[in-house]
Amino acid sequence: MTERLDGPQDPPAQVAGGPSTGPAETPRKQRRLGPSPTVAIVFLLPAALLLGIWVVYPIVYSIFRSLFDSTGSGFVGLGNYAMIFSDQGMLTTIRNNLIWVVVAPIVVTTIGLIFAVLTERIRWATAFKLIVFMPMAVSLMAAGVVFRLVYEENPDKGLANAILTTVHDTFSSSQGYPEARPREGDQSPVALQGGAVVTKQPAQVGTPVLFPIVGVKPEVMPSNAQPAKAAPAGDGLSGTVWFDFTQGGGGTNNAVDASERGLPGVTVEAVRDGQVAATATTADDGTFRFDGLPQGSYVVRLPQSNFEAAYGGLTWLGPALITPAIIGAFVWVWAGFAMVLIAAGLAAIPRDALEAARIDGATEWQVFRKITVPLLSPVLLVVFVTMIINTLKVFDLVFIIAPPSVQPQANVIALEMWRVSFQGGNNQGLGSALAIFLLILVLPFMIMNIRRFRRGDS
Amino acid sequence: MRKARAAAILAGLAIAAAACGNAPTTTQPTASGSAPASGGAKPLEGVKIEVAAKWTGAEQKNFEAVLKAFTDKTGAQVTYASTGEDTGAYLGPRIQGKNPPDVAILPQPGLVQQYAEQDALIPLTAEVTKEIDANYTPYWKELGSAEGQVYGVLVKAAHKSLVWYRSQPFEDAGVQPPTNWDELIKAAQTIADSGTPPFSFCGASGWTLTDLFENIYLSTAGPENYDKLSKHEIPWTDPTVATALEKIQQIAGKQEFLVDGTSGTMQTDFPTCVSKVYGTDKSAMVIEADFVAVEADQSGAKVGEEAKYFPFPKAGDTTPVVLGGDVAVAMKDSPGAMALIQFLASKEGGEVWAKLPGYLSPNKNVSPDNYPDELTKQLGQTIISAGDAVRYDMSDLAPSAFGGTDGKGQWKVLQDFMRNPSDVKGAQEALEAEAKKAWK
Repeated sequence: MTERLDGPQDPPAQVAGGPSTGPAETPRKQRRLGPSPTVAIVFLLPAALLLGIWVVYPIVYSIFRSLFDSTGSGFVGLGNYAMIFSDQGMLTTIRNNLIWVVVAPIVVTTIGLIFAVLTERIRWATAFKLIVFMPMAVSLMAAGVVFRLVYEENPDKGLANAILTTVHDTFSSSQGYPEARPREGDQSPVALQGGAVVTKQPAQVGTPVLFPIVGVKPEVMPSNAQPAKAAPAGDGLSGTVWFDFTQGGGGTNNAVDASERGLPGVTVEAVRDGQVAATATTADDGTFRFDGLPQGSYVVRLPQSNFEAAYGGLTWLGPALITPAIIGAFVWVWAGFAMVLIAAGLAAIPRDALEAARIDGATEWQVFRKITVPLLSPVLLVVFVTMIINTLKVFDLVFIIAPPSVQPQANVIALEMWRVSFQGGNNQGLGSALAIFLLILVLPFMIMNIRRFRRGDS
Repeated sequence: MRKARAAAILAGLAIAAAACGNAPTTTQPTASGSAPASGGAKPLEGVKIEVAAKWTGAEQKNFEAVLKAFTDKTGAQVTYASTGEDTGAYLGPRIQGKNPPDVAILPQPGLVQQYAEQDALIPLTAEVTKEIDANYTPYWKELGSAEGQVYGVLVKAAHKSLVWYRSQPFEDAGVQPPTNWDELIKAAQTIADSGTPPFSFCGASGWTLTDLFENIYLSTAGPENYDKLSKHEIPWTDPTVATALEKIQQIAGKQEFLVDGTSGTMQTDFPTCVSKVYGTDKSAMVIEADFVAVEADQSGAKVGEEAKYFPFPKAGDTTPVVLGGDVAVAMKDSPGAMALIQFLASKEGGEVWAKLPGYLSPNKNVSPDNYPDELTKQLGQTIISAGDAVRYDMSDLAPSAFGGTDGKGQWKVLQDFMRNPSDVKGAQEALEAEAKKAWK
C-alpha cells in the first residue's frame, strides 16, 4: 500500500526535475511541494483503517484460529494443516482444484482468443460480442441454477441430454421394450442370456414356443397390441411373445391368460448350431411363425435389440462427469470476459506489423501465430492469471450445480472451507486452515498480477 | 434436518439474519395482543416470555395458538421468534451476547448436550420433571438430559417409520400393503413385473437413507443395540449392521426396483422422489416420514385416497417406530420459562396442540382421539402402542459431522453403498472409519 503511494510521489519530482533549468540544489524545496507526512498520514488513515479491519485483521485472525481445534480452545498446532493433506476427501478436493487450475484458464483464454480474432472479421461483431459477454451480467449463482437444469439427466428437462439424444436418434432409433425381461425363477420357460431372451429348452417344429415377458412399462406398450393368443400348433415353428401380467393380479404365470396382451413388433430369431436360421416379427397379438424351416430343434431367441433402452444421454451430474460439466458452465460465464479483454488488446496491435507480414507473403495462420499472439501475450497473460485466481476460489458454481450426493466428488477447496466451517462439524479451525491454504495458493498469482500492473504503469 | 439442502442454501442468509436478530425488538409480538386484563387467578400476570423455534407459516400459527392457550391460562405474555432453518446459527450469537430467549425449541437433541456443556441451559425444576415422568417414557427423559440433569422435553414429533404408496400401482399389480420385510420384497417384485418400478428413493438427500437404515436396524437389531450404536458403543463393523445393510441390498441391488435406475436415484433429492410417486406417477412407493403428506398433496394426490401409507414393515423382531422431533429447553432462569415448558409437556398443552393439523405428540397421555384426521390418529396410535421401543432418529443423535452433513459421514457412505450395494463389508468399514473421526 505504502509503495503505491510512493509511486505517485515520484513522477512530479522527475517531471519537475527533468525539464527544469534551475539550479541543482532545489530538490529539497521541491520535495516540500508534495504533501507533508502529516497530511499524507491523515489521507492514508481511512483507507489503512478499513483495510486493516477488513483485510489484515481477518487474515491474521484466520492464521491464529487455524492453530486451534473446532471448539476454539484446544491448541492443535499445525494439526489442521496436516489433516488437509492426510484426509482422503480433502485430497480429492485438492485434486479437483488442480484439474480446475490446469484446464479452466487455458480453455477460457483459448476460447476468448478465438472469439476475439474471429469477431474482428464478421459483420455483426458488436452484436456477437454482446451476446458472448452477456453471461457476465448473470450472477454465478443464477448461472449455476441454469446449468443445473441444462445438465439434468432426463432429456425432456436437460438441454445437454436433449441435444445428445436428438443427434443420436437421428442416426439410430430404438423401438422396443426397454427394461422388459423374463420373470425370475425356474418356472419360466425362457431366460436372459447376454441381454437376449432365449428358450431354456430347444424348441421343436410343430410345438408352439411361449415367451412370457414381464416389466413392460405402460408407456411403451403399443396401442395396437391385441390380447395375446396361443399360437396354433401345426406346420413350422411358431409361438407367442406376450406381457405375462394380469392387471390387478390373479392370472397364471407363464400361461396366456385372457386379459394379457401380446407384444407386437418383437424380432424373433430361430438359431441352430449358433447360426440364425430364420427371423420373424411378432403380430399384434404377439404370435410369430417361421415358415419353411426344416425339421429339427432350434433355440428361439429374442435378440437384445428388442429390449434396449432408448439412448438417454450422459449422466452429467454423476461422479465421473461432474467436474468437467461444472468447468463447462465456468467457461460459459467467463469466455465473454476473456474475449472483451483480448479484443481490446487486439485493437491496440499496430496494423502495419500485420500488413507488412501479409505483404511478405505470410499466410493468415502464420500471421496469427508469429505476429498476433506474441504481440497479444501481455493481455493473454493477464486474462490467464485472472482466470487462475478465479478458478482457485471457485465456489458458487460447484455448490449449486453438483447435487449433494456427488458433492464429495466435485468438491473444491473454497467449498470445503465453507462446509467444514459452517455445515455439520462447525470446525472453524480446519476451515481457517483451508482458508489460509487457499490464500497461499492465490498469493503468487496476485503478486504476479500486481507486478505486471505496476510495470504497465511505468 | 428436513429439507437440508434448502437449509444449506439459506444458511448464509440465516447467519446474516441471526446477526441482526440480537436485538429482541426484531421479534414480532404475537399472542400478546390478546393479553387478558382480568387478574386474580392468573399467576403469571404481566410476566413476559420469549420463545424461539424454527417454525414458520402454518406451523408457526398453530404453535401460536398453543401459546395463546397458555396466555389465557396463566396471563403471561409470550412472544414468538422464528429462528429460521438453522437454529444453532440463530441461538449461538444470542447466547454469546448473554441475551438468549427464555425458551428455545431445538430441532436436535444433540444441541441439548452442546448447550448444556456451554452452561447455556437451565435445568428443569422438579415440578416440570414430575410432569415429564408422568407423560413420557424414560427414553425421552434421558434424551433431554445431559450429565444427569434434565434440561429438555420433546414437544413435537415427526413419525419416520412409514412407507408411502400410491394405490393405483398396488391395485394394478394386485398386491396388498405388506406387513413384514419378505412381503415387501415380494410385493415390490410383483409391482416391478407389472411394469412399474416399485421404489422411489431420494438418493441425493442423505438423510432419507439414514432414515431407511435406522428403521431396518431398529427392527432387526432391537432397541438395545440401537441405543448402543447411537452412542457408538458398538462399532459399525458389528454383524447387526451387516444384517441391516443386507436388507437394503435386497432393494438397491435390483435395477428394476429403482425408478430411473441407480444413477437417477442418486440425483433425486427430497421432495423430487415424492413427486416421482405422486406427481409423474412413475413409481409406487417412497419410504419417508409423515411430512411426505405435504409434498404428496402438492403433487396433486389426495392423502388417504391416492396417497396412502403403511407402517414400516417388520424386518426383524421389533416393529420399528423411529421419531424425529423438537426439544424445548429453558435458557433463562425465569418462572415463566419453567411454566411454559411444563405446559408444553403436560397432557393439557399437548391436547390443545393435537387438535391442530400437522402435529404429532410423543406424550403418551395425549389420546390419539384428539387428532383432527384419521391419518394422524393412526400415526399417534403406532407411537403409543410401540411404547418403550420407540426410538429417536439415530443420525440426529450422532455428532452432525457423522449424521447430519451433506457428503460426509453416514450420509456419504450410505450414498456410496446405494451406488455399489454389493460391498456390505466395505460400507461397514467406511462407516466405522467415519464414526471414529466424529466421536473421537
